[in-house]
Formats: sequence, structure tokens, C-alpha cells
Amino acid sequence: MTEPARLTREDVAHVAALARLHLSDEELDLYTGQLAQVLDHAADVASLDLAGVVPTAHAMAVTNVMRLDEPRPCLDRDEVLGQAPSVEDHRFRVPRILGEAP
Amino acid sequence: MTTEWQMVIGLEVHCELKTATKLFCGCPNVFGDEPNTNVCPNCLGLPGSLPVLNQQAVELAMAIGTALHCEIRPSTFHRKNYFYPDQAKDYQISQYDEPINVNGHLDLPDGFRVGIERAHMEEDTGKTSHAGASGRIHGADYSLVDYNRSGVPLVEIVSDPDMRTADQARAYVTELRAILVASGASDGKMEEGSMRVDANVSVRRTVDDPFGTRCEIKNLNSVRSLGRAIEYEAGRQIALIESGERVIQQTRHWDEGAGRTEALRSKEDAYDYRYFLEPDLVPLVPDAEWIRAVGDTLGMMPAARRSRLAALLDDAGGMTDAQRDQVTTVVDLGLDDLVVVAVAAGVGSGLALARTANEAATDADAARVLDPKSYVELLTLEAQGSLSATQAKSVLADLLAAGGGDPAAIARDKGFEAMSEDSLADTVAQAVADNPDEWSRFCEGDDKLAGFFTGLVMKATKGQANGKAVAAELRRLRG
Repeated sequence: MTEPARLTREDVAHVAALARLHLSDEELDLYTGQLAQVLDHAADVASLDLAGVVPTAHAMAVTNVMRLDEPRPCLDRDEVLGQAPSVEDHRFRVPRILGEAP
Repeated sequence: MTTEWQMVIGLEVHCELKTATKLFCGCPNVFGDEPNTNVCPNCLGLPGSLPVLNQQAVELAMAIGTALHCEIRPSTFHRKNYFYPDQAKDYQISQYDEPINVNGHLDLPDGFRVGIERAHMEEDTGKTSHAGASGRIHGADYSLVDYNRSGVPLVEIVSDPDMRTADQARAYVTELRAILVASGASDGKMEEGSMRVDANVSVRRTVDDPFGTRCEIKNLNSVRSLGRAIEYEAGRQIALIESGERVIQQTRHWDEGAGRTEALRSKEDAYDYRYFLEPDLVPLVPDAEWIRAVGDTLGMMPAARRSRLAALLDDAGGMTDAQRDQVTTVVDLGLDDLVVVAVAAGVGSGLALARTANEAATDADAARVLDPKSYVELLTLEAQGSLSATQAKSVLADLLAAGGGDPAAIARDKGFEAMSEDSLADTVAQAVADNPDEWSRFCEGDDKLAGFFTGLVMKATKGQANGKAVAAELRRLRG
């Protein structure tokens, strides 16, 4: 098995940008090292023989957890909108959006 | 367009499920309520809130899978991460690599089969509106968000790229809509956004070529815009290629007013959604018994409903093209039971179909809840000749408005008494006497003039004459 590519500083900067995190140069160096260790640890799993092991979708071996389709009380609108920095016409007012919805 | 060019079309249809509550919380799933009244910590994305899956939404998704002949399989939910204010929690819960329904198909009324790649569950987003002069996103000063729709259950149905014409795409959406309505999963109202269509379009020079580079078209709010947008987009791509340029893989916005598509973003700007398994939801694993139970609740699908009506007309000597269209209309509107009940009560299938497709269909919402007994009584009166077609239509309008009633009584109140044979004969004789030239041509065999005389009699009697009786009287006079 080939060695997985080493995590680079650019990878971390990209992921941080996707998460809207603004990292300083020092933070980038720090997190690149720390995240690389996390990935190395996860890569240890790759050395095991996992043929025939079903992937785990959840930490608990439970399926089909559901509720009945019955309405429950909603929050009071004034209380909800009272938490928002800006409100207009009973709606949340948000800054100009660049681009259409994904 | 050069004849050898061929379009390749695949469609993604989002449909809102007809549940009482949202997908992961107990807020009501209602269209048109006051903004931000159907919200809770979960659908507002407040910290600490947890999603719990709605069983009814799952069963409606399985019903759609069954109706589209899909394999219904174990599935999981993922977080699709993106920053956009239509989702308060900055991710949408969706099904990613393990959707609930895969590998199905939909047969168009003409028999053409469209593959269904998948039909997966996800939550709807909130509704944004853009303030500013343009009303659109470009040039808006700010946006307003209503989270009532946030978390409403959706099924996204992804077709294979099997369609080759805009007509097929239109037929696919029309048939899919009828299936969604018949299965009880959705109300299929495109105008309210409960059914939304995106089209993937590419072109190629010959059927043997590989698929070309495709563009995805958004903002298609009706079957009509879907067809127009596909025709426009294919033409745009062909013009590009014929002038030596290349099609760039893009998402494009359909501008209904301008009648064209505009670039939204290219593949390079495609979102990096960083999908990962939703840790707060466990896998969904339907067993065979549950799948069968859901399948048993499915009503009759549109194709079967059309066949059922066609069989009734075949008994009466086969279908005309006009009747084929009437059958489609009646089934699309969910009014076919009215025809079936009327024919079972002895009304001719042609009459029952025509009244349902032409008159009852004008107020389909009312017709769906009309008392079938009063409808059958009305058609029986017309079939017996006690009411003329015009009179029957007038009584039907009253029945629809009231949800039922006694057609004979309504007819009496309106003063619709069947004309006596004598007074009918007098009126016909008067029409003949007034128009000697037309009469002689009719006598020489110009049968089209029967309509001319019938029209005169109808006018003279204010529609009270029975058309069949008039025709019989004309034939008798001609000898």
C-alpha cells in the first residue's frame, strides 16, 4: 500500500477557507502539524486487514429511529425574531448574498 | 438546427412530500403561512437541537420508490455543508452515496422508458427574498429569510440522461407529476413550488457520439418553461459548437421574461460540500415486510388508470385521438373515477368521458369532491334526452359549486323542461323555411349543414332543444 500524501499547509488553508475560518500564519503552521497527526492516526486503520468488515454508519448499532408525523408547538415568532440582529417584515434580514443558492 | 444534432436531457425533480410535519422536527408543513411561524430550535439550526426522522416522510419516499419501480434499500443521511442563509445551520441533511431508492424507471404514455437513477430524501431550505430595485439577487441590497419551508421533507428524483427531445422532457414531468399525485406523496403544484425541476442538457452531432458537455438549467417553474428552456439551451450549445467554440460545464438560470438562459457559475466554482455522515441520525433499513405494506397502500397509477378508461371506450368501439387526449386530461386531474362510476351506471362511455374532460375538468378541485351519485344522475338525464347538452352543462356548474345535489330539481329550478316534440318540430320547420338555399343543399347531401340548422334551433330555443332530437327531426324532414 502506498503512503497517503502528506497533509500540506495549502490543504489546511483550503479547508479553513471552506469553513470561513480566518487563520494566521502561526495558526496554519500549528494546525497543519496537529491535523497531520490526526490523519496519521486514522491511517493506522489502513494497515489492518478489513476485508469483509461492513463499514460503520453510526457509533450505535441501531436503525430506523423515527417519530410519528404529529405536529408539535412552534416557537413564538416575536421571541424568535427578537434574537436576530436585524429583522424586516417578520423575516430575518441578512446581508447581501453573493450568488444564487447552491 | 441542423437535423443531425441530437439533444440529451436528464431531469432532477424536487418534490415536497405531503406530510403534516417537517422531516426532522414537529413543525407544521404548510404552504403560505405567515413568515417564521412554523419554526423551532431544530429547523432554525439552534445549538443543541437534534433531528428525529419523520416516519410518514419515509413511507411516502418509499411509495415514490415503489411507484417508480425502484429498488428500495438501506440508506444513510449526510450533511451537505455550505454557507447560505437559506439554511440556518449551514448544512442541509440529504442522502448522498446511499439513497433510499435506486435503479427505477418511468414509462411515458407513448411507451418510451426513462431510467430513474435515484430518488433520495432531503430537507427543503428556507425561502429567501431579495430586497432592492431588481427583486433579483444581482443588485439586491440585502435579503430576507423565512424559515417556514426549512426542513420540509423533499424527495429528489434524478432521471438517467435518456430523453432526446423537449417533448419527452415535458411528457416525463407531466407523467411524474401524475404519479406523485396518484401515490399520495405530493400535491405536485409547480406554481406553489412543491414540485421543482432542473434540467441537464447537452447536444451531440450523431447518436453514436459520446455525450457532450452539459449545462444544468435552474428556475424552471412550469412544464412550459421547461420545454422553452431546453430548446433555447440546445440551440445555444449548437451555435457555440458550430462557430468553433466549446460548451463550458455550467449552471445556468432560466429567465422566463427574456426567454434565455444565463450563466450562474462554472464547474470551477462548484461548491465543495464536504459531505459527511450525519452523526445525529442512524441508518434507515426498511425490511421486505415494511416495503410490501407501503406498496399495498399505493393507489392505482396513471398508466393503469388510462388503460382502465381505454378499456371502457374499447367496449364502445374504440378511441378517437380527441378521446385519447380526454383520457389523459381526466387521469392527470384525478377525475377518472367519475367516468368509471358513470359508465358502470349505464351512461355511455363517450358522453361520460367528454363531460368529465371538458366540463368537470374546468373546476377539477370541485369535481374531485363532487358527490358521484349526483354526477351519474345528471349524465343519465342527458343520455335519456331529458336535458340537452347545454342544459346539462349548466346544471353541472351548479352541482360543482354546491358539491352535489339533485340534478333533476336544479334543472326544474332553471326552467329546463325537455321541449315537447311538437314545439321542437315547429322550431325546426321555421329554421328550414327561413333558409331555403341551405335546406336544398342539405337535401342534396351536404351533411355539414345539419350543424348550421342545429345551431339555429339552439339559438331559437336558448339551448333547450336536444341536439340529437333536432338531428332526428332534420333527417325526418329530408326524408
